[in-house]
Amino acid sequence: MFRDIFTTYDPGEVRDRIYGAGEAEVIRAISAESPDPAAICALFSPAADPLLEMMARRSAAITRQRFGSVVQLYAPLYISNECTNRCVYCGFNTDNPIRRATLSEDQVVREAMILHEAGFRHILLLTGEDRRAVPVDEVAGIARRLRDTFASLSVEVYPMETEEYGTLAAAGIDGLTLYQETYDTDTYRRVHLGGKKTDFFWRLDGPDRGGIAGFRRIGIGALLGLSDWRVDGFYTALHGLYLAGAYWRSQVQVSFPRLRDAPGGFTAPVPVSDRDLVHLICAVRIILPDAHLSLSTREPEGLRDDILPLGITSMSAGSKTDPGGYSGLEAGDGQFEICDRRSPAEVAAMIRRRGFDPVWKDWDRMLR
Amino acid sequence: MSHIRGGKGPLIIADRTFGSRLFLGTGKFSSIRAMEEAIAASGSEMVTVALRRVDLDNPDDELLTSVQRFADIQLLPNTSGARDALEAVRLARIAREMGCGSWVKLEVTPDPRYLLPDPVETLKAAEILVKEGFTVLPYINADPILAKRLEEAGTATVMPLGSPIGSNRGIRTEDNIRIIIEMSGVPVVVDAGLGSPSHAAQAMEMGADAVLVNTAIATAGDPVLMAGAFRTGVEAGRMAYEAGLPRGREEAEASSPLTGFLR
Repeated sequence: MFRDIFTTYDPGEVRDRIYGAGEAEVIRAISAESPDPAAICALFSPAADPLLEMMARRSAAITRQRFGSVVQLYAPLYISNECTNRCVYCGFNTDNPIRRATLSEDQVVREAMILHEAGFRHILLLTGEDRRAVPVDEVAGIARRLRDTFASLSVEVYPMETEEYGTLAAAGIDGLTLYQETYDTDTYRRVHLGGKKTDFFWRLDGPDRGGIAGFRRIGIGALLGLSDWRVDGFYTALHGLYLAGAYWRSQVQVSFPRLRDAPGGFTAPVPVSDRDLVHLICAVRIILPDAHLSLSTREPEGLRDDILPLGITSMSAGSKTDPGGYSGLEAGDGQFEICDRRSPAEVAAMIRRRGFDPVWKDWDRMLR
Repeated sequence: MSHIRGGKGPLIIADRTFGSRLFLGTGKFSSIRAMEEAIAASGSEMVTVALRRVDLDNPDDELLTSVQRFADIQLLPNTSGARDALEAVRLARIAREMGCGSWVKLEVTPDPRYLLPDPVETLKAAEILVKEGFTVLPYINADPILAKRLEEAGTATVMPLGSPIGSNRGIRTEDNIRIIIEMSGVPVVVDAGLGSPSHAAQAMEMGADAVLVNTAIATAGDPVLMAGAFRTGVEAGRMAYEAGLPRGREEAEASSPLTGFLR
C-alpha cells in the first residue's frame, strides 16, 4: 500500500530537500530518464521557478510524443450533493445550509443522455460522501443502465472497500478518481473536521483498493490552495509513480483542482498562482510521462487554453456541479463555482484552433 | 501457402496484394484532415484504426469514414486497449458486426505505459479469431518462437516491435527480428518504435516485408512531408534488399594476405 512508502518520508526532510535544491539539480532532473526522489524534489523546488520555460518545453515534447496532438473530453455528472463530512473548503460540507438533492436513477439517466447528445462518451459520476444517500448498489445500478451507452464510466465518490469497488467494476465502471486533497497530515486534520473523511489513511489507501479491484484508470490529485503546493506536488508524483508500478495494468491520471469559491465562504489559505499551477503540471508530466493529466472547468477559459499544449491530455467541458444541472432541475446547489462556462462544442472548437484533435471517445464498452 | 516470403514479388497478405509496404497508424494526429493528408502522401494501402476511438454505434463515425473513403486502402481495425484475449476478441467481433470487415490488428497490451504485448493472451486471442474467420495480424514482441506459434495458429502476418510504441527508438530488437524474418512463413511487419525514415529503411533492408508507422509521422512538424519521407525510406530499403545487399565484413582485408605464402 502507498502508506508504506508515504510513511517512510519525513515531511520536514522533504520540505528541506525541495527548498534546498539548486539549479544544477533542476537541470539534471528535467532531462532525467526516470527521476529519483531527489530529482522529484528538485522539479518542485523554488530553484526550478526560473527554469519554467525549459520545463514547459520538455513537458510539451513528452506529451506530444506519448499522446500526440489529442485531448480527450469528459463531463462530470453529479448524482448527489448529500454529504456527511465537514470539510471546511467544500460546498457540500454537511454544515452548509445548501439545497440538498439526490437524483433518482431515471433522473441520472436523463442527465447522461443530455451529455451523450452533446457528444460526450466519457463521463465521471460524482456524489458527496454519504453512502446512505447513494449506496454502492445504487451507483452500480446506474452504471448498468449507462454502460452500453458510454465508452467509459468513471466515479468520484466516497472511498469504498475493495469488494465494493469490485462491484462497481463488474457493473461497468472503469475509472476511479479519489483526491487525497492534501498529503500534509496537519493541514488534512485542520480542514477535515468531521465524518469518515477525517481518516487520512482510509482515504490514502483508496487508490490502492481501486487498483486491487482492477479499475483501468486511477485518478489522484491534491486540492491546490490547502497546503504548500510544492510539497503536495512531491507526494502526488510519488503516489502516481507508486500506483503505476503497483497496478501496472491501470493508467494513472493526475488532476490539478485549484480551490474555488464555494458555499461556506472558505478562501484558500495558501493560494496557488497561475505560474505555480503551470510549474506543477509540467513537473508532474516530466515525472509521469504516461499519466493522463486533467484540467477541469474550475479554471478560467483563457488559462485553460494556454495550459492545454503544455501537458494536458484530458479536459472537462460544459460542466455543472449541481445534481440535475444539465436538465435544469434546480434541485440542489453546486459544489463549487465553474469558471470556464463555454459549451462543449465551444471547448472542442478551441482545442481544434490550438492545433489539437478533441477526442470524444477513446475507450470502449468492450474493454470492461 | 500462397505466400512465399523473401522473393522479389509484391507483398501479398491473405491473398490481397499490396503495392505499398508502408502501413499507417491513425492515432495522435492533430486533426482528421491532417491524418487524411498524411495517408495520401504515404501511398499506404493498409491503415489501422483503434476501435476504442471509433463510435461503432454511429455509422457516420468521422474517423472510420475518413479512412474508408480511400478506395484502395485496406482498413485494419485494431484492438488497442485490450488487456486480455477476451476483450480483444469482443472488440474484433463487434467491429465485424458493425461493418468494419474481418481484418484485425490484434493488440493485447495490458500495460498502459509501454504498451507491450502480452504473448500468452495474444496467442489465445489469435487462435479464437482465426477459427472465427478473421484475418489476424498480431502485434508481438520480437519473439521468434511466439511468431512461429502464431503462424501455426493461422495468423496472416506477424508484427514484431522494433522498440516500444511511440518511443521513436528504432530497431532495438534487431537480432530477434532477423531470426523472425529468417524463420517466418508469413509476412513480417516491423511495427512500433520506428522514429525516422532511416529506421524504416533499415527494417526493409533486413528483409522485413513491411513496416507500420504512426507516432513519427503524426507528431512530426509536417506530417505530410514526413509521410513522404517514410514512403521513400521504405522504398529505398526494399530496393536495396531486392538488389541484394553485400554482406558487411567483420575483418579488414589484409594488404599482405595471410595465405600469400601458398602461392
